[in-house]
Amino acid sequence: MKHRYLPMTEQDQKDMLDVIGVSSVDELFEDIPEKVRFKGLYEIKEAKSESALLKELTALAAKNKDTNANVSFLGAGVYNHYKPVIVDHVISRSEFYTAYTPYQPEISQGELQAIFEFQTMIAELTGMDLANSSMYDGGTALAEAGMLAAGHTRRKKILVSEAVHPEYRDVVATYAYGQSIEVVTIPQKDGVTDVDALKELIDDNTAAVIAQYPNFFGQVEDIQVLGDIAHAAKSLFVVSSNPLALGILTPPGQLGADICVGDAQVFGISEAFGGPHCGFFAVTTKLMRKVPGRLVGETVDGEGRRGYVLTLQAREQHIRRDKATSNICSNQALLALAASVAMTALGKQGIREMATQNIAKTRYAKNAFEAAGFTVAFQGAHFNEIVVKTNKCVKEINKGLIEKGIIGGYPLGQNYDSLKNHVLIAVTELRTKEEIDALVAEMGALHA
Amino acid sequence: MHNENQSLIFEISKEGRVGYSLEALDVPEVDLAELLPTNLVRAEAAELPEVSELDIMRHYTALSRRNHGVDSGFYPLGSCTMKYNPKINEAVARLSGFANVHPLQDESTVQGAMELLYDLQTSLVEITGMDEVTLQPAAGAHGEWTALMMIRAFHEANGEGHRNKVIVPDSAHGTNPASATVAGFETVTVKSDENGLVDIEDLRKVVGPDTAALMLTNPNTLGLFEENIIEMAELIHEVGGKVYYDGANLNAVMSKARPGDMGFDCVHLNLHKTFTGPHGGGGPGSGPVGVKADLIPFLPKPVLVKTEEGTYHFDYERPQSIGRVKPYYGNFGINVRAYTYIRTMGPDGLKAVTEYAVLNANYMMRRLEPFFDLPYNRHCKHEFVLSGRRQKKLGVRTLDIAKRLLDFGYHPPTTYFPLNVEEALMIEPTETESKETLDAFCDVMIQIAKEAEENPSIVQEAPHTTVVSRLDETRAARTPVLRYQQA
Repeated sequence: MKHRYLPMTEQDQKDMLDVIGVSSVDELFEDIPEKVRFKGLYEIKEAKSESALLKELTALAAKNKDTNANVSFLGAGVYNHYKPVIVDHVISRSEFYTAYTPYQPEISQGELQAIFEFQTMIAELTGMDLANSSMYDGGTALAEAGMLAAGHTRRKKILVSEAVHPEYRDVVATYAYGQSIEVVTIPQKDGVTDVDALKELIDDNTAAVIAQYPNFFGQVEDIQVLGDIAHAAKSLFVVSSNPLALGILTPPGQLGADICVGDAQVFGISEAFGGPHCGFFAVTTKLMRKVPGRLVGETVDGEGRRGYVLTLQAREQHIRRDKATSNICSNQALLALAASVAMTALGKQGIREMATQNIAKTRYAKNAFEAAGFTVAFQGAHFNEIVVKTNKCVKEINKGLIEKGIIGGYPLGQNYDSLKNHVLIAVTELRTKEEIDALVAEMGALHA
Repeated sequence: MHNENQSLIFEISKEGRVGYSLEALDVPEVDLAELLPTNLVRAEAAELPEVSELDIMRHYTALSRRNHGVDSGFYPLGSCTMKYNPKINEAVARLSGFANVHPLQDESTVQGAMELLYDLQTSLVEITGMDEVTLQPAAGAHGEWTALMMIRAFHEANGEGHRNKVIVPDSAHGTNPASATVAGFETVTVKSDENGLVDIEDLRKVVGPDTAALMLTNPNTLGLFEENIIEMAELIHEVGGKVYYDGANLNAVMSKARPGDMGFDCVHLNLHKTFTGPHGGGGPGSGPVGVKADLIPFLPKPVLVKTEEGTYHFDYERPQSIGRVKPYYGNFGINVRAYTYIRTMGPDGLKAVTEYAVLNANYMMRRLEPFFDLPYNRHCKHEFVLSGRRQKKLGVRTLDIAKRLLDFGYHPPTTYFPLNVEEALMIEPTETESKETLDAFCDVMIQIAKEAEENPSIVQEAPHTTVVSRLDETRAARTPVLRYQQA
């Protein structure tokens, strides 16, 4: 059978077998013990032609309610934002997407420089000294930050605010178990980390205090207070942050963060049912040699020309093996490129304008919900999410909303017992006044 | 050759230019100073570039021209399976119903995405010979760690938490021992024998009541099939350990041998290698894990199941689960591409993939054998390892050979790995390359071998045609410059 990805002809095969000195391809597999040799064919679906498969999968995709055809108010860590069209054009250049990790710098300068620029932009936004070339996602980046802190301080406990993304906290717990590190939750109070509880919980075995900024409820916490408490106990302060919000918020690096992680999905990356997104990992200089993953550094060639290479590799698994600072190898390079293009397109002005629009529209939504008789649970400063109290099961409300072409918010009751019937509503710059009004009206009608 | 430095995007920035377009605000403006505590309002704007859309496109197009991908030319990077990345995969992953769905939408609104994942899971169960597969791990190393965490949970559930040793061959990828450490295990190295395979006698010495698992890549990183696999698996199982299959090299054995039939208890796959997810310049990957029945209770949460009504559901009621390994459900976009590939190839196609990958590798090995040392002279699988020690005696190192290949438009093979071969050159052609491509590459390798004898400096000083020559890596590490700083 001929296949469009397989150029082998019968003549090629014959000529090649002659050179090898065997009479059949099967002979090349004779070292597989007879007892475990697989005979026959896999029981999977038969091959389809390009057009038939495209037709089938287009129909399958159409079974999903997407955020293009529907109006989405769902956030909780993944957001429906403006994606400059140019992003997809750049990452569709196959010199980028069909390349491997840039192990040969002379023919990988494009990727290496793009990553160097990504590292610069993330460092700039977070206010940290340096950033790595990316992590799988914000959740695993946060877990790695916790592990780094435990290794650096030689302590075995980390304190994580309840106002951190519940799925991120779950990932931290899994990694921590592997390293025999205790994870203790700092309760939230009024939608922010309970400072008094933190003071009670912190001790001289605490490796890190972990908070989120803006937090999972959309609240902009004064993380400086948390950082001061962490540092007084000689713990590291780890902040998980939405990098778009950092366009207008004081960066964690100026508020005492030793490590700032997060996800750059907000910059030109599709929701894609949860991935691939783009974790980032930024630190102060003192932690530079403990960073997980790849780092790109600037150098020169023999003629003095500027160039870029993977550097400080003594931290990494392919050199240090079981002594490496992390096991990460593949990262999210193509998404880091996407985020770089989006950050470049937005630029110094655009990121402020977009972030400000998020706050303004969310503030408008908050006022609209309150005017319609809803209670907005937390009254502190917010970024682009608010918590709205309803008198019905949120899942039921969302079922009603989708009938109207609206993807409702995140039901908080599944993670927080005290927030049954509370919904986390995200309002990005893409939502119009009319769409917000429609959400409030429809929720009001479903509420009644 | 270009002599000027390629500008950084920051260096072409000019105050006042923009590359974006947002709708004018249609709700009342807000005063940030009123809405936010004073100390949390950013005082100085982040120094992101200010450039027009054409500036951006030209910048990244220029960068792309300084990069080599599979579409640019042959890329025989051993153990990385740099095969063609099909374009239909890209089209399918960009369908709005896949690209623009939120992971936390109500399950009733994402049944199409869940159906695709379930069908992919089911296909991978068949391909690996395992009983269940999770698609959550984001990459190979993440899959390794996930599986090791499951093995740990299994032993602990059986009251055998004392099993703290993971056995790894000296030829293993660096991620294996690193993943073992992250999962809380100690690594024990087992030697290779004179045939390049795991030394069974040495394995016998290191197994014991503290053995948690053996991690094995099969075929191994020399491209050789571990023909004692049945005996090795029995050895580990006898002492109560688990056998782990590193699926980095699955391209060598599809439809020929399944990990589940060879005695492995769990396996991770690299969908970005065997199943054509593009490598993206270093990621994203996808590293599903398959397990045998006794490890199923420990799978990470949530587990995707099909209900009796025929709908799909994420099951969180898994009391023995190791927990969550990643937010949401894995690198869905890469899983979509892998699924599209499997559906494109079908059962016949996947069998042909492995046969041609192995045929190509053996052909190249035999063509190059007279000119380079071949430390293990037997049929290889999808890749083979040459040694540059003959050339080293002439003052030409494997690094030089790799750099010389750049002058001919090739990405070099993996070099200096595996560690048990001196001056290693690890070559993996894949099945998507034509005989003409393989021949042209072999001709160049032979020419370089001759240059090493007759004109070594041309090899030692290579590359001669790239946009930069060899870069000073020592300087990069000694005085790290990891970000642009405005002068």
